[in-house]
Amino acid sequence: MATRTRPSGASKSVAGPRRQATAQAGHPTADPDPAEMLALYRQMVLVRRFEERAARAYTQAQVGGYCHLNLGEEATVVGLMAALEPTDYLFTNYREHGYALGKGISPGRVMAELYGRQDGVSHGWGGSMHMFDARARLLGGYGIVGGQLPPATGAALAIDYRDGTEIVMCLMGDGTTNIGAFHESLNLAALWDLPIVYVIVNNQLGMGTTVEMASAEPELHRRAASYRMAAERVDGNDPLAVRDAARRAVSCARDRRPFLLEAVSGRLKGHSVVDPAKYRSADDTLAVRSADPVTAFAARLRELGHLDEETEASIDTAALQEVSEAVAFAEQSPHPEVSTLFDHTYATAVPNDSRRLPGAPLFPPLPTAAPSNVTGGRR
Amino acid sequence: MTSMTYREAIRQTLRSEMNRDNDVLLLGEEIGVFEGSYKITQGLLAEFGPKRVRDTPIAEEGFTGAAVGAAMLGLRPVVEIMTINFSLLALDQIVNHAAKIYGMFGGQTSVPLVIRTPGGGGQQLGATHSQNIELYYAFVPGMKVVAPSTPADAKALLTAAIRDNDPVLFLENLALYNTRGEVPDGEIEIEIGRAAVTRPGRDLTLIGYSRTAAVAARIAEELSTSAGLDIEVIDLRSLRPLDRPTLVESVRRTGCAVVVEDDWLTYGIGAEIAATISDGAFDHLDAPVRRVAMAEVPLPYAKSLETAALPSDADLVEAIHQTLDAVAHRRLPQGPRP
Ligand SMILES: Cc1ncc(C[n+]2csc(CCOP(=O)(O)OP(=O)(O)O)c2C)c(N)n1
Ligand SMILES: [Mg+2]
Repeated sequence: MATRTRPSGASKSVAGPRRQATAQAGHPTADPDPAEMLALYRQMVLVRRFEERAARAYTQAQVGGYCHLNLGEEATVVGLMAALEPTDYLFTNYREHGYALGKGISPGRVMAELYGRQDGVSHGWGGSMHMFDARARLLGGYGIVGGQLPPATGAALAIDYRDGTEIVMCLMGDGTTNIGAFHESLNLAALWDLPIVYVIVNNQLGMGTTVEMASAEPELHRRAASYRMAAERVDGNDPLAVRDAARRAVSCARDRRPFLLEAVSGRLKGHSVVDPAKYRSADDTLAVRSADPVTAFAARLRELGHLDEETEASIDTAALQEVSEAVAFAEQSPHPEVSTLFDHTYATAVPNDSRRLPGAPLFPPLPTAAPSNVTGGRR
Repeated sequence: MTSMTYREAIRQTLRSEMNRDNDVLLLGEEIGVFEGSYKITQGLLAEFGPKRVRDTPIAEEGFTGAAVGAAMLGLRPVVEIMTINFSLLALDQIVNHAAKIYGMFGGQTSVPLVIRTPGGGGQQLGATHSQNIELYYAFVPGMKVVAPSTPADAKALLTAAIRDNDPVLFLENLALYNTRGEVPDGEIEIEIGRAAVTRPGRDLTLIGYSRTAAVAARIAEELSTSAGLDIEVIDLRSLRPLDRPTLVESVRRTGCAVVVEDDWLTYGIGAEIAATISDGAFDHLDAPVRRVAMAEVPLPYAKSLETAALPSDADLVEAIHQTLDAVAHRRLPQGPRP
């Protein structure tokens, strides 16, 4: 084996220290524990309230660009995140505010990113679609549909290369299963036995295009068969079912068997904040609303006797409080200094990197000619 | 110094960087068992094993993107894309991901990735296999693009590219693989972002990169012998960042410039150079900046047509003479022509 004689200048990588491989056994499915259920519920309410507040900030023009919300996907969000170890890596698409919270990033830093402020998770460089936090191992929200799949696959390759015990979870929407990167990535992962779980967050719509309109095999999890990859479909409105399925998938991936998990839920609002979703039928809208995962889980908890009216109200108050603190944090965070504009073009500085602002000349302007009475000279 | 081909220089550099750093691994189509479509990776699978010399399926977007992700976790993947034409399949991963991830996430993770790929033309490979589209990548902030023209530069720039923490497109050229040159022994690195004056001169600045830099150097020598011309040759070496000061400083001395490029003229690399010279050496110019570039057609297969479409030695010599004629006329005592 080759030995390292002179290390390359350390790259700014997100990988932690290497560990010895200790393959873990599969997680047993836990009995629903009241405290754990309440914790999941709290998180679902936090995501719900956070997203509603984000929408409001957007309509108040505090948030720019595109803004896609997890409204209706709260059970999937918290179920998936409950299955990850803190050292596991997460790649998502642009609909990722809830996942950032679920990965343990403070709501204030997520909100500050929406506000485009210095203290945002991506320091104001990413916005709603591009949240990244090296410490939380959220390796990015990605705005290009399917763009996260090959890098996520490569992150799993790096883990395998170093005999690590972490896994990668890579999220995508239902519409993403039709893009070439989906096929190329799943094929690579299966071919190379990579520690990765691909999750299709099936909210049954692309922007307005339904799964049936876009996918010749609308049971999306079945596509895994093309790669001889294990797969499962789960009710994405049930946080416990999602958590347990995700744990099975994660444990599979830790054993170097990639997994395709599909969680079926619904989108409560438009594709993004500005979309009134007029293309949806009244029936459809009603069906999604009546399947609202937050309401449904609250009802289930009440039935089981784990939640009374008072606790429900206090959970909601606490979430609202946390969200308004997040807004306060975002509002007080400074706008990034213009002097930092050129700080992130290159990680390794090189000569002749352009630091020119739009109106500046490439070279110092020529000395102006002496003013003349007859011709020339700008007046 | 050791005499070796451009191909051998690349291979030896890959080998020594892999020996130096366990985080360096190779990915690409047919690079292992088949030993590379152009045999650059010959012997490396046997030496380093399949973990570090990884044959991939034909999936440019997938494996280039996977290299991006591996680089985010600190590996130093060197991807071979069989020819630059096929890099278009990976365009999204290169432009929208490799080049964006460092900045878009606020500098939290770098992408130390090298993409090696040859350009070309003149091999009767037809329109889809003969393009020189390095410009697509040189256009993008966040990318670095280098284009060596000699075996020694190939070694020094590939070393620099592998040790750099940003995505670097390392442009090779089919026509250069068998060219031979003296290569310094031991470690050498060239700073990315600097051009080289490979031949000093006073009469005219001749600018090229990759294959055309080698052509420029040869033509300058020939014209020195045959016509007594003293031509300064600049090898760009780095297309992004572009070393503007070196170009401008030279033209301020010579007063004229010819660019020779294997890409198409309109919006090409030469257009950027001409604009740069007009910005920085306007008062020193005694003739328009002349560009010699590929005819604006999808490159045909038939030899007669292909030859006509590609920049030839004669085209370049003619452009040099015409430029020097224009300069001479302008410098006549009676001043510029009406
Ligand atoms: C490559 C690409 N094509 C098109 C778009 C525009 N676009 C953004 S989101 C979207 C729908 C994606 O649907 P899905 O994968 O189901 O994710 P969801 O929004 O439902 O979470 C489209 C077409 C894009 N961002 N990237
Ligand atoms: Mg969808």
